Amino acid sequence: MVMAAEPQFHVLAVDDSLFDRKLIERLLQKASCQVTTVDSGYKALEFLGLREGVEINDPDAVSTSPVIHQEVEVNLIITDYCMPSMTGYDLLKEVKESSACKNIPVVIMSSENVPARISRCLEEGAEEFFLKPVRLADLNKLKPHMMKTKLKNQKLEEIETPSKVESGTVAAVVEPESEVEPKQIYLQVVQQEEQTVSNNKRKSVEEGLSTHRSRPRFEGITTAV
Amino acid sequence: MLGFGVDRLQADINRLLTSLFHQGVLDEQFLQLQQLQDETSPTFVYDVINIYFDESEKLLRSLRLLLMDREFSDYKKIGLHLNQLVGSSSSIGARRVRNVCVAFRSASELNNRPGCLRGLEIVEHEYHYLKNMMHELFQLEQQRLLAAGVRYPM
Repeated sequence: MVMAAEPQFHVLAVDDSLFDRKLIERLLQKASCQVTTVDSGYKALEFLGLREGVEINDPDAVSTSPVIHQEVEVNLIITDYCMPSMTGYDLLKEVKESSACKNIPVVIMSSENVPARISRCLEEGAEEFFLKPVRLADLNKLKPHMMKTKLKNQKLEEIETPSKVESGTVAAVVEPESEVEPKQIYLQVVQQEEQTVSNNKRKSVEEGLSTHRSRPRFEGITTAV
Repeated sequence: MLGFGVDRLQADINRLLTSLFHQGVLDEQFLQLQQLQDETSPTFVYDVINIYFDESEKLLRSLRLLLMDREFSDYKKIGLHLNQLVGSSSSIGARRVRNVCVAFRSASELNNRPGCLRGLEIVEHEYHYLKNMMHELFQLEQQRLLAAGVRYPM
């Protein structure tokens, strides 16, 4: 069974400031997320499997572990805007232009309130733009976004391996102990499913939730800086 | 007898915090920070504020070096440093430090060198005041933990 304390989402946090990384990491942990932190856009792209090798302008940069390709599911990227060499906006663009990662929601943080900057990021596909200092309440707003990707990923899994699923349940994976208001998300899921799922399947969604869900694929990730 | 030390120290801590809030040295973002501390991260506030001190002092040193240079002209760099200071000070709830950094930043945007020098002085002053207060707070917390540790349940 699922433990109440088990993190549901994996977030990649990007910030060049150690101070800000420490803060966002703690905030995310407090919001029950698994966190990986990196200190640059380049390292973020490496982690996502979108770039090989070493950061271009940094002679001292050491490529940490070999690039991890899609074994690690990232449910959200949260990045600072103002970073040397690659800004949060640049990172956002790279992510949204990649076929592998374009569905990962991206959130931008900034300590400056520049409306033009905010609208540019949102236009480029950022899910949210947070002004620092970021608070726990801000992060809780992100759960629906992360849930969407998780459900999409799990749907793809189900489609690829239909024999695994017993009662034909389609990816309705809301943990009863979830911090997200389960009813709301549940209703969203049911509404999504209405378009594609027959009445029979809907019944099984209502009946059997946690027993058929697949385990998250990213257990044991440690924070990388 | 054992309980008295803890209560007195807690009262001292509360009094100090109240005073700092009253003076506007700290704002409620500091409380947000405290809420992030728990059994899984019991020294979070202490850790993150120490990182803040390290980073801020580096920035202040750099600012002083820049402004002391007779041929100084890089106001943009000053602005960048101050953006960082404004951001991190806001994040720990250091309201007064943040505000004087914003004022300093305005002077740099006007390329006003004497204004910048004055701004730096004020920021250094506020920063050191904050640092001393935080050290006092941490000391009281430390003592309180020790006093609380003496009480063993029988």
